[in-house]
Amino acid sequence: MWRWLHPYAKPEATFALNQKLIPWFAIPGLVLVIVSFVWGLAFAPPDYQQGESYRIIFVHVPSAMWAMGFYVGMAIAGVIALVWQIRTAELAILAIAPVGAVLTFISLFTGAIWGQPMWGTWWVWDARLTAQLILLFLYLGVMALYVAFEDERAGAKAASILAIVGVINIPIIHYSVYWWNTLHQKSTVTRAITRLEAPSIAPEMLWPLLVSILAMLLVCAALVLMRLNNEILRREIHRPWALQHLGISFATTDGEQSGKQENKKDQKGGADAV
Amino acid sequence: MQFDSWQAFINMGGYGIYVWSSFAGTFLCLGLLALEATWRRSILVREATKQAARAERILRARAAKKQAARKN
Repeated sequence: MWRWLHPYAKPEATFALNQKLIPWFAIPGLVLVIVSFVWGLAFAPPDYQQGESYRIIFVHVPSAMWAMGFYVGMAIAGVIALVWQIRTAELAILAIAPVGAVLTFISLFTGAIWGQPMWGTWWVWDARLTAQLILLFLYLGVMALYVAFEDERAGAKAASILAIVGVINIPIIHYSVYWWNTLHQKSTVTRAITRLEAPSIAPEMLWPLLVSILAMLLVCAALVLMRLNNEILRREIHRPWALQHLGISFATTDGEQSGKQENKKDQKGGADAV
Repeated sequence: MQFDSWQAFINMGGYGIYVWSSFAGTFLCLGLLALEATWRRSILVREATKQAARAERILRARAAKKQAARKN
């Protein structure tokens, strides 16, 4: 059943696939970013309580949502790296962590800017805000732990374990607005899934919000794939496939190699398969 | 369209500074990530080119040496 997945343990197969996928994420992502932001900023109706300030939702909710989503993705990569010892999964942790950290930062930053006019404060030690701040520290911890060891693969293992343990924070972030009496408002969109309640938002606002969530996912997925390919390339830069991909080839190196191969063929009576 | 003029659009009902700074911050952060990724790639390409050129030089020098030894 999982046979089709096996070739992708080879870094060069994943690299080639990513290279093909990046434009399919980046181009629709950028188009949808423009569509959702213009829709959200200019065409969605103002909120009856918060006026125009609520338009921050179109960057705040997608970034907060995918900060958590990418964390789960990173933890899954951590499980794969620990259980199957696949190098590409270790590199995926390194590719996802900075993107997730930036998303978490964006959610905290836009949240603070939203909090100032609505709550009268940039920051409170509210359960939701604190849990999200811990998520930022988890991302930074994973990044720091990864590079803290002399042996890179030992670092990858330690970072995987931290990433997996840190998943406990994800449901805490999500349910913090229900478990504790927080200043942060309850969820607008995901409660339709997790609580089976109708979204507490008018469809004229919900649609641009859903588009902005999709746009953020596509753009950040493209960023993760670009970073993953850079990490793969950095470790495989001396391999022939990498040089070939970068369009680097030199006459004498080729000549030397083919000369060697000819010598081998002579020795083995031409039976050598290249 | 919810706004009558550009002025009103920029002003955002008095919340302009908050709305626009959060959108600008988001664009800046994601833009920096994209820039970093492309910049990293260009460094890798430059290094690989340099190293391949070095390998070529070494091989050429070795071949020249071998030829010189054969002549002697």
